[in-house]
Amino acid sequence: MDDLEDFRADVRAWLEANCPESQRTPATPDEQYWGGRQASFASEDARLWFERMRDRGWTAPEWPEAYGGGGLSAQQARALKDEMNQIGARPPLYSLGLWMLGPALLEYGNEEQKQKHLRAIVNGEIRWCQGYSEPGSGSDLASLQTRAEDKGDHFLVNGSKIWTTSADKSDWIFCLVRTDPSAKKQKGISFLLIDMATEGVSTTPIELISGESEFCQTFFDNVKVPKENLVGELNKGWSIAKALLVHERKLMSELGSESPRKVLDPVAAAREYLDFDQGKIADPELRRALTRYQMQMHAIGLTHMRGFEERSAGIRSAAGLVMKYLGTEAEKVKSELLLAILGSQGLGWEGEGFTTEELDTLRLWAGSKTLTIAGGTSEVQLNVIAKNALELPQS
Amino acid sequence: MALVLNEEQRFLQDTAREFLNKRAPVSELRKLRDERDELGYSPELWQEMVELGWSSIILPEQYGGLEFGFLGLGTVLEETGRTLCASPLFATAVLGASALLLGASEAQKERLLPAIAAGETTLALALEESNHHKPHHIETRLTANEGGYLLNGSKCFVLDGHSADHLLVIARSSGEINDPEGLTMVLVARDAAGLKCQRTIMADSRNAANVVFDNVALEADAVIGELGAAWPVLEQVLDRGRVAMAAEMLGLARESFERTIAYLKERVQFGVLIGTFQGLQHRAADMQAELELAHSVVLQALSSVDDSPEQLPLMASLAKTRLNDLVKRVTNEAVQMHGGIGVTDELEIGLFLKRARVAMQILGDSGFHQDRYASLCGF
Ligand SMILES: Cc1cc2nc3c(=O)[nH]c(=O)nc-3n(C[C@H](O)[C@H](O)[C@H](O)COP(=O)(O)OP(=O)(O)OC[C@H]3O[C@@H](n4cnc5c(N)ncnc54)[C@H](O)[C@@H]3O)c2cc1C
Repeated sequence: MDDLEDFRADVRAWLEANCPESQRTPATPDEQYWGGRQASFASEDARLWFERMRDRGWTAPEWPEAYGGGGLSAQQARALKDEMNQIGARPPLYSLGLWMLGPALLEYGNEEQKQKHLRAIVNGEIRWCQGYSEPGSGSDLASLQTRAEDKGDHFLVNGSKIWTTSADKSDWIFCLVRTDPSAKKQKGISFLLIDMATEGVSTTPIELISGESEFCQTFFDNVKVPKENLVGELNKGWSIAKALLVHERKLMSELGSESPRKVLDPVAAAREYLDFDQGKIADPELRRALTRYQMQMHAIGLTHMRGFEERSAGIRSAAGLVMKYLGTEAEKVKSELLLAILGSQGLGWEGEGFTTEELDTLRLWAGSKTLTIAGGTSEVQLNVIAKNALELPQS
Repeated sequence: MALVLNEEQRFLQDTAREFLNKRAPVSELRKLRDERDELGYSPELWQEMVELGWSSIILPEQYGGLEFGFLGLGTVLEETGRTLCASPLFATAVLGASALLLGASEAQKERLLPAIAAGETTLALALEESNHHKPHHIETRLTANEGGYLLNGSKCFVLDGHSADHLLVIARSSGEINDPEGLTMVLVARDAAGLKCQRTIMADSRNAANVVFDNVALEADAVIGELGAAWPVLEQVLDRGRVAMAAEMLGLARESFERTIAYLKERVQFGVLIGTFQGLQHRAADMQAELELAHSVVLQALSSVDDSPEQLPLMASLAKTRLNDLVKRVTNEAVQMHGGIGVTDELEIGLFLKRARVAMQILGDSGFHQDRYASLCGF
């Protein structure tokens, strides 16, 4: 315990000395550093901050030092995160490699793959995207059709992936591909890493209701992939995919509680945009809605803490299973609430007459609709809870 | 902050569950109801609970207490919620003990607390005067009289009012009807001259009463704490009560939910188990998510009594609102998902449904606590 407190004190002092002032506010989408071959820093401070954290291995605090990570324990990593939150320090590197692929490689990858890919992730050299969904396979992911044929010294990949977030900005893609078309569904799937610079890989951006085009359709046309890029065993990719989904859902469940003040805070917005009567929001319906939202977030925050304490105490926690569902649904509630609080001032799409925050509120509202779809829809989450937590019979 | 029980607390909970399943299953409440039991609880059972230390869980050792704190108490209350156990635990060991602990003089504590711990005295808090929880809406009057006081007025929804040995009465010694200032807490023997007590038969078959005070004469030392300054103490007592009630409600919600899930795995219609129907699965899964939240909220609320009292008002209102809403939903769904058998008196689910409705009114409904939470948050 004392060691942990010492560690925390060191971290605090180090952050104080090394985190540039400008990096102590939430990053706008343009300011986020995602790394990769096409990446550039939004500012000199962003570069400094990234490099200092990277040199300590703190872009991946819990990964082994042998692969460029920080080698911290879960408690130490938590302390680091707390201290960063304390001063509002933004993450130095945003990365699907860090959040999703890395943990899967650590568990299922061979030594060569770990050596080759983990350090490149930690150092922000390679940006990864996720190639799971296909036009015909969303919730029913295991029905996927993209083929990888064994051609002796390589796989030949044909097919297409869709909703591939940032495919056009990424260097590599981790894919689920069908390697045995005769086997039943989950059984014939493998986990394959593909360099997007390979001939035959192409992407087309798709525009969203938020006006952004953050995802793409990704095409594979006779793409040759070296055999060494297969992670785990042939036809055993489904268990890796499932393990990875757990990381993705955990990440998404923490959206609300972990990203401070990126959007307008609903209580602050209420103070600015609503009439008050003797210290209370005058509109009873909005006051009620805001209270319910605050209570929900309070309860969700406590449940995150409980999950963490349970895991630290070595207790199997069922709390994690419900958090993606709760966290993303709450984000949608928050966005609707903000629109209601801002009234017509929250409906500006672009141009004059609205502050940046007001415009962002609307864009984020549209963007919030993706949260309960991406990473497994809310309905699918409920199926999972019914099956795994409640052990209800399956039809 | 403790969101995980320690070994001692887990042991306490396991013991409580085992004991209650054996000695006070739901059928015991039904028996008390059907036999129209005078007292409304079993004194033998209460003595056994006392021997287990439950009457003194939160009391310091110097008064014969176990000093296990609210988190310890909460584990036991959760279990009593599972079996709908009727006993003086809430009125005496939570509300009464807290009021004396926080408000009484040293002499009063030494006289009363060891008696509570030993199971020799039971208490009831006489607070409410209308059909909704309004803790400073007090008209019952306390006036000076020959070196002592006279008490006049009436109270309703007094939990254990007809069975407790003493009532802790909240009365007005000065000020206007809604002032938090001017409230005084007095200890009144239930057999005092001028006190009329009418037991009310409520939906949950547990104990409550309406009480009338007609020139009840009290000695000067009947006052608990300072004359006219009961509010700050009372508010803490009420918050402790709310948190404790939320713990009981968590047990009630879990038990009715688990019984319902078990039924979904057992009842066959259309040739399949009804648990395979997605229309039911999603409702159940959503309740499971709410139960996870409720669990965290209750643990944090209980430990805030022990560790961070500055958080208590907010946590108490959060816990009571969330648990009010949860037990309402879970018990309604429990009835619905059982179909026809769910609305029979024979099935115990109905008893959970009824207890839930009473618990929802105890020390504040969701409207009250939502308003309070918002005000505490500054909007
Ligand atoms: C912003 C965003 C980013 C994404 N990024 C990526 C990415 O980087 N890589 C990637 O591979 N994929 C990505 N996805 C895809 C995402 O995983 C899928 O959209 C998701 O799994 C749902 O699949 P679908 O869109 O085909 O919808 P469908 O599966 O067709 O669902 C349509 C509706 O049917 C419901 N439904 C389906 N099955 C069931 C069932 N069994 N029970 C009850 N209801 C059901 C769904 O809940 C939904 O309401 C992203 C999606 C979004 C929105």
